[in-house]
Amino acid sequence: MEWETVIGLEIHAQLTTNSKIFSGSATTFGAEPNTQASLVDLAMPGVLPVLNAEVINCAAKFGLASNSTVAKHSVFARKNYFYPDLPKGYQISQMELPIVHDGYLDIEFEAAGKSDGKLATKRVGITRAHLEEDAGKSLHEDFQGMTGIDLNRAGTPLLEIVSEPEMSSAKEAVAYMKKIHSLVRYLGISDGNMQEGSFRCDANVSVRPVGQKELGTRAEVKNLNSFRFIEKAINHEVERQIDLIEAGGAVVQETRLYDPDKDETRSMRSKEEANDYRYFPDPDLLPVVIDDAFIEAIRAELPELPDAKRARFESEFKLGADDARQLTASREVADYFEAALAAGGEPKQAANWVNVELAGALNKADLSLGESPVTAEMLGGMLKRLADGGLTSKMAKEVFAAMWDGEGSADEVIEKRGLKPTDSSEVEGIIDGIIAANPGQVEQFRSGKEKVFGFFVGQAMKATKGQADPKQVNDLLRAKLKG
Amino acid sequence: MTSHTTVHTRTLAELSAGLAAGDYTSVELTKACLSRIEQHDGEINSFITVTADNALAAAKVADDRRAAGSAGPLTGIPLAHKDIFCTQGVKTSCGSKMLDNFVAPYDATVVSRLQEAGMVTLGKTNLDEFAMGSTNESSFFGAVRNPWNTACVPGGSSGGSAAALAAGFAPAATGTDTGGSIRQPASFCGVTGIKPTYGRVSRWGMIAYASSLDQGGVFAKTAEDCGMLLQAISGFDEKDSTSADEAVPDFNGGLNSDLKGKKIGVPTEFFGEGLDAEVKALIETALKQYEAMGCELVEVSLPHMHLSVPAYYVVAPAEASSNLSRFDGVRYGHRCDNPEDLADLYLRSRAEGFGDEVKRRIMIGAYALSAGYYDAYYLKAQRIRRLIRDDFTKAFESVDAIAGPVAPTTAFKLGAMKGDPVQMYLSDVYTLALNLAGLPGMSVPAGFADGMPVGLQLIGKHFDEAGLLNLAHQYQQKTDWHSKMPAAFA
Amino acid sequence: MLRQGLKLMNQQVAVSGLKIPGVMKMSLTTEKVEQIAYLARLALDAKAVPEYAENLSSILALVEQMDTVNTDNVEPLAHPLELTQRLRADVVTEQDHRDDYQQSAPATEAGLYLVPQVID
Repeated sequence: MEWETVIGLEIHAQLTTNSKIFSGSATTFGAEPNTQASLVDLAMPGVLPVLNAEVINCAAKFGLASNSTVAKHSVFARKNYFYPDLPKGYQISQMELPIVHDGYLDIEFEAAGKSDGKLATKRVGITRAHLEEDAGKSLHEDFQGMTGIDLNRAGTPLLEIVSEPEMSSAKEAVAYMKKIHSLVRYLGISDGNMQEGSFRCDANVSVRPVGQKELGTRAEVKNLNSFRFIEKAINHEVERQIDLIEAGGAVVQETRLYDPDKDETRSMRSKEEANDYRYFPDPDLLPVVIDDAFIEAIRAELPELPDAKRARFESEFKLGADDARQLTASREVADYFEAALAAGGEPKQAANWVNVELAGALNKADLSLGESPVTAEMLGGMLKRLADGGLTSKMAKEVFAAMWDGEGSADEVIEKRGLKPTDSSEVEGIIDGIIAANPGQVEQFRSGKEKVFGFFVGQAMKATKGQADPKQVNDLLRAKLKG
Repeated sequence: MTSHTTVHTRTLAELSAGLAAGDYTSVELTKACLSRIEQHDGEINSFITVTADNALAAAKVADDRRAAGSAGPLTGIPLAHKDIFCTQGVKTSCGSKMLDNFVAPYDATVVSRLQEAGMVTLGKTNLDEFAMGSTNESSFFGAVRNPWNTACVPGGSSGGSAAALAAGFAPAATGTDTGGSIRQPASFCGVTGIKPTYGRVSRWGMIAYASSLDQGGVFAKTAEDCGMLLQAISGFDEKDSTSADEAVPDFNGGLNSDLKGKKIGVPTEFFGEGLDAEVKALIETALKQYEAMGCELVEVSLPHMHLSVPAYYVVAPAEASSNLSRFDGVRYGHRCDNPEDLADLYLRSRAEGFGDEVKRRIMIGAYALSAGYYDAYYLKAQRIRRLIRDDFTKAFESVDAIAGPVAPTTAFKLGAMKGDPVQMYLSDVYTLALNLAGLPGMSVPAGFADGMPVGLQLIGKHFDEAGLLNLAHQYQQKTDWHSKMPAAFA
Repeated sequence: MLRQGLKLMNQQVAVSGLKIPGVMKMSLTTEKVEQIAYLARLALDAKAVPEYAENLSSILALVEQMDTVNTDNVEPLAHPLELTQRLRADVVTEQDHRDDYQQSAPATEAGLYLVPQVID
């Protein structure tokens, strides 16, 4: 039987606020246990929540950037369940009236069986995005056979972004998640740090025979905190479900945990028992009401978003689609590129350096862009020299390596190392000499043997000890060989 | 030194004047209160914790403050806090075994504001466990007895505060009122009590029972005293999202305003069958007194009032079931011995820590919110809540205030309500509607039936506490019910 | 005492205008009571369950008097004043008071609250 996969994602993005959603505690990652847990976070008797204004700004930004409706009236509700990392015995979330709803994003992905090399596109609906508080952490190291509870994270603001069940492959799911990841970082509302858990995802996965209308029974796969895991986990889960059905079994609606070490999902039955969350509007909080003026003010604050930036890069800098996509995939890279370009470089060259040379060096050194020893200004200085003929592209690689090693700016390296492209009259003289000394090869070339051209280039580079600009050598040789 | 041994008969306003005149010091006043508590509280069990050392130290500070010329009207006056308000460094039990070992790490806003005014905290008063009850019998620390007849209950849930006041242990006490928990014990104990408008007094540090109904307030001998206390605790608090950002007027500024021409609504629903005949007669006498003072009595109707009992017993337990989930034996409070596993920790800690009435309300609330029942119970109750509020809004279009009994009877005998929660719930029929509507209400002593006090309930428009205090004060100028003290404690 | 109780009950039933909740429409089974108790994490003594079932059923019977009024076109009222949520500036105002806050804690180690092993 032919199977079709249906995937919906619930993404939790931790919002980059200074303080928690309902208390004045800091949200810094990695603090000593329970040192960022205030009376409110600890759910001491008698404490009350007060909503952080910034989380409303963050949610509204996301709403506008995802073509969604930003609700003028939203309500916080309590989701009741007992768990030691949930101090109040309920999580403050939003249920019936979320702050953001009914939007969409367009994604691009490599489609299976598509041979023209172009990416496929798809519009994925966003059902809703609601605000809620994060829980604390359970630490399972052995404390006299007990679990330790750290509530520093309790009350950290989250935006839970729920998609429609409209993705039909792990690749689409990853593309969608990357799109959201890029968007929240562009908006500056989340740092998207997946290692620290500030961007994570649960996937609702089901399969159905091709042609069947109704959805199959879904399983919720939790704990997906890397793009690689999400793809593997979904693929694994799809296979598991198909195998199960084909063997005559049935999928059970349940929560499953992805184990990246074993590359498998397993049932979390412990969480399944009698989940009745008894949602109701939190009586300690009042409805959040915002007006058009607020929404317009947020709209005015929005940065240029990835799709718009990419279109601009293509038109303004005449970049190809691939270069533009790569450069705008993250706001940091796009900003780096534009900053480097501002020094006076040539766009295509700049794109190439950022996407290839710099990306390669960072990758090799396992550094993030923010940690690059070569700043955008430094690369810009180098690109400027490249553009004004002060450097050959070969020299540029040397300059880049030197800048990487901390030898200073491009101009400083050039001066220190006495780098200078060979003078063109000098190159001309050398070329004239080579032509004069090799009449046989000249004859062959002129009679149409294009291959001989390489011989002349080789001779010229040898004579200039590799210092000549290959482009200059090429141009001069062509002109002179034509006779 | 001449007069402080009889200070328990004085009003707060009189004590304030006495302190200002130097007739006695706060330390003397405080010692007098502490000694009365020590001698007599064994008879009524109104305190859970007495903080004598703290009180004397605070009294000394108050006296120093007076000497320095920076005393306010409340500086040096002793008071008792209902043990539902968090008090830093002092056990805050909420009448429950669950919090028997809980020392609050912070002060409630009500507590800190009264402290800033220079008041001296004598201790923490007894209450129904987590404020759930109308008799004060559900306290883990034992029932409180009514000073007018120790075979009777003081009412609840703020029974300890009302009884302590009636017994002359303190000239002022705080309380909370979720469904009548200030007004009903004030009525049963013959003291004056006010429950302000929802949002008038911060709920920060007040252990939540039902968040959308809970409101802090005060007990004292007179309306004037209540006004002085209310002045100190009222006003916006940024720590409470439900605190109203509403200007606080001078509550006592209009105490002496003439009542001529004021319209008092008398709801027919408050005087139907079932109201004890003697209580009814006393309330009617009180209403005649208002007529005599120039008020016009206007019949009004609150057609949905009878549904306040069922609506309340959905909304309050629903909110309570969630509010009390934090008591899980993890971060504070009672924890069972040797829990086998996590479920065992929760199940036993909570079962051991909570009493029967609390468990009943938690279960009713959990049920009302559970899948499949939410609309039929919780939403239905919130719809009825709107009908009840709208009834009041309509009534207030034609009257300045509403008056009636606080409770259908005088104080019950201890044990009379045992084993039948519904019977106890029904006794709150005159008080619950105000909480659902968020309105301010008072209980003002209005006489005695069979030797037990009866309170007149006055109900005002939202944020019109000053109007209520004016009505009550004028009544207290013409009557002396509020100055009676039980013989055993006189 | 019993007599006073009965008298009271009759008075209050009459005054409230409600039916006597002795005749119950809705009655909770002991299984349902046990289920709710677990949902609320309350261990109930097996012997006490029937009494809870009885009490809770009579409370529900009282509560169901709500059905005597039609509320189809009435919006639920969650807060008496119908105000809107005020927002707090995004500023860190809290310092570390861990030692103080953990003084009432039943079990802690290395700054952590200890609970029986949590199995995911």
